[in-house]
Amino acid sequence: MSEAHLEAHATGHDHVTHDHHTPTGWRRWLFSTNHKDIGIMYLVFAIIAGIVGGLLSGFMRMELQEPGIQIFHGLASMVYGLDGAASLDAGKQMFNVFTTAHALIMVFFMVMPATMGGFANYFAPLMIGAPDTAFPRINNIAFWLLPVAFILLLMSLFFEGAPGSTGFGGGWTVYPPLSTMGHPGPAMDFAILSLHVAGVSSILGAINLITTILNMRAPGMTIHKMPLFAWSVLVTGFLLLLALPVLAGAITMLLTDRNFGTQFFAPEGGGDPILFQHLFWFFGHPEVYIMILPGFGIVSHIVATFSRKPVFGYMAMAYAMVAIGFVGFVVWAHHMYTTGLSLDVQRYFVAATMVIAVPTGVKIFSWIATMWGGSITFRIPMLWAIGFIFLFTVGGVTGVVLANAAADRALHDTYYVVAHFHYVLSLGAVFSIFAGWYYWYPKMFGYMYSEFLGKLHFWTMFIGVNLIFFPQHFLGLAGMPRRYIDYPDAFTLWNRVSSIGYYVTFVAMVIFFYATWEASRKKRPAGDNPWGDGATTLEWTLSSPPPFHQFSTLPKIDSKNAH
Amino acid sequence: MVTGQFLRKLGAAATATLALMPAFASAQEIGKGHPEPGQFHLQQSVTPIMDSIVAFHDGPLMWTITLIVLFVLALLVVVVVRFNAKSNPVPARFTHNTAIEVIWTVVPIVILIIIAVPSFGVLSDQMTVPDGERRYLGENIFSFGEVEVPAAEMTVKATGEQWYWTYEYVDQGIYFDSNILGTALGNYTDHEKPGQPRLLAVDNELVVPVNTTVRLQVTASPGGVIHAFAVPSFGVKIDAVPGRLNETWFNSRETGMFYGQCSELCGKDHAYMPIAVRVVTAEEYQAFITALEESRDYASAVAVLPAIQ
Repeated sequence: MSEAHLEAHATGHDHVTHDHHTPTGWRRWLFSTNHKDIGIMYLVFAIIAGIVGGLLSGFMRMELQEPGIQIFHGLASMVYGLDGAASLDAGKQMFNVFTTAHALIMVFFMVMPATMGGFANYFAPLMIGAPDTAFPRINNIAFWLLPVAFILLLMSLFFEGAPGSTGFGGGWTVYPPLSTMGHPGPAMDFAILSLHVAGVSSILGAINLITTILNMRAPGMTIHKMPLFAWSVLVTGFLLLLALPVLAGAITMLLTDRNFGTQFFAPEGGGDPILFQHLFWFFGHPEVYIMILPGFGIVSHIVATFSRKPVFGYMAMAYAMVAIGFVGFVVWAHHMYTTGLSLDVQRYFVAATMVIAVPTGVKIFSWIATMWGGSITFRIPMLWAIGFIFLFTVGGVTGVVLANAAADRALHDTYYVVAHFHYVLSLGAVFSIFAGWYYWYPKMFGYMYSEFLGKLHFWTMFIGVNLIFFPQHFLGLAGMPRRYIDYPDAFTLWNRVSSIGYYVTFVAMVIFFYATWEASRKKRPAGDNPWGDGATTLEWTLSSPPPFHQFSTLPKIDSKNAH
Repeated sequence: MVTGQFLRKLGAAATATLALMPAFASAQEIGKGHPEPGQFHLQQSVTPIMDSIVAFHDGPLMWTITLIVLFVLALLVVVVVRFNAKSNPVPARFTHNTAIEVIWTVVPIVILIIIAVPSFGVLSDQMTVPDGERRYLGENIFSFGEVEVPAAEMTVKATGEQWYWTYEYVDQGIYFDSNILGTALGNYTDHEKPGQPRLLAVDNELVVPVNTTVRLQVTASPGGVIHAFAVPSFGVKIDAVPGRLNETWFNSRETGMFYGQCSELCGKDHAYMPIAVRVVTAEEYQAFITALEESRDYASAVAVLPAIQ
């Protein structure tokens, strides 16, 4: 361990304050202004939302296991008391509602709360040697808006959407006119309100984290010595700050089109449905980097820790994230190649999109170079990190395929796209979240989980998610469109394999919950730093779990030592 | 050295897999105009545009992404085998290597430029309706264009409705609706054309002549929602947007039935508004369109064509 860190270690322990005003019981959580408690609440929230979103996709995979309608007419007859052809019709709409809810929940209520809510809140201040975030009360309201938003979204499922059925079934992209005249009922208004509230929550969170990282780094920690996770949170914060207001504007226009007679997106009034798509994807594309960048940061630390070697190419790693964030704002219309964009516009977006492959490649190769020459121990977080690097590469290269408008002509809106974005999100972002969970679990809770159960979870999940999503590439190549409740019989084989993959993944999630429960029962003390001398960031200098308030005397960072 | 041997074996296995891969893909029997059970490949092409999409995807794109994934996998295997705590107890401390960083920045740029050349060519072909002079790439995507395509001779307009398609022979001003078969029974299994696949068969197919460039205009009904018109074996996919008239083209070199499906979420019956294009010989088409102009009734006009099961 370097001298700087030894020094930080000493200050961290000698000045642990025993705050006699530490709130207890429900007040500790509801009124919390403590970044660590709020971080834990975000993580718990993300897990709950993840269970809901994961179960929704279970119904979809059960439905798609066989051609024909399997379960949704039954669900519809349970919910609406219909039968015969009416239950089939209601079932079809319900499938679309499930697809939409699955996406919105996973994006806004699982991945974002886990990374930018949970890990960023808990660990960004620790890593930069700050006692808390800059605006603790904003932190509180940012979190508590999220359950409100989630409840609004869940409520929307039970209000009328399309005539005669409940919930909004127009996809997470909420394209008009399907989201305006296609769903006249209040379900869509609830969804808009939910996104507004979730957006406010994220913007407040982003302002808080940006300010914290820019202003509250420990003495001596210049921006170019800051740990890469803090860098990733900083870049993601700016993406949120710049992208979410655009979504807010777009869905407000949707709201006024729906309720107040405006015609922004209505062609009969001189509006344009394609305008909405431009606005949505100006938010939507940075959004996918919002979901993955914190994962990049987490994986960098894990790879360095378990290789017992500093991160390779720190500056390139940090500025690759800045570059990805920047270029991410000027590639949005690659989601719109089939809308009738002109040849020149498509050419520009092809070129700009392919540029993103370069900084992404820098990151992949730098992680491998970090491991190269290292002395690697394959602890649980490292398995997830290596799994992440490989699977993110697979998802990344199919992104290069789709970036080419010429190839996208065949693959647009097919299962190839579904496979691609689940490889970067469900296998990329989610693997990085599990990597972070297993890496920081001993720090957050003070206990060690079972190494065996962790390995079992990893391998079951690795097999499961690949079984789900790899065959979906084949379905897409063969031409199966996405968001379909039923498909021609030729698509049966790969759909069945995909559904089997879901069941394997379900078992993996059961193992995950069992492993977490087991760790909380066995109470194996983790110690301040269970990962050895490879773990050099400041959180490992504190106790596990850290004191309620840390760094009341700020740690000093040695000028010779970076990150 | 054990590691060396392992790596050589790994290399041999990778080479063998790679050598097999394109052969494997092309060895699969692919039906025309519709997907086949277990298919893991693009649908078989019958137009110059789909020829270039297939050549572009199966060529530069598949080779590049397969090699990149195998390269990253190989690097990870090397790292795992050589740099685990047992084999390498003392970690190195290096954190920079300018040469390698320049290489892994520049090489991907070069690869992307190589991909971009055919990518832009194929894209330009897709977006340019033939005038008879322009040469198209076809299968030879690294050429300057070799395939002659005649200028568009006829115009068809497809309008997306909730949830069926309306086709109009614009030159004749005659239009008709095209609905999925088998709705009455709910499961779409038993329908009037048992030889045609479930969920793809329609009552009234769009009939067009072979070897003829068809200008295709696509829109959605006013006050309706967005749909997308797609026929995979033609390499055609274009959104049907209310208030907009999108345009593309195709020229099928084979007769037969070519299916597609709505490719933009449009509500409850999104999965139930297939597209079926029946390509017939020039003589058959002439007989059909003459009959249609006389009767202005699709059912009696299509009766002049050979019956389909």
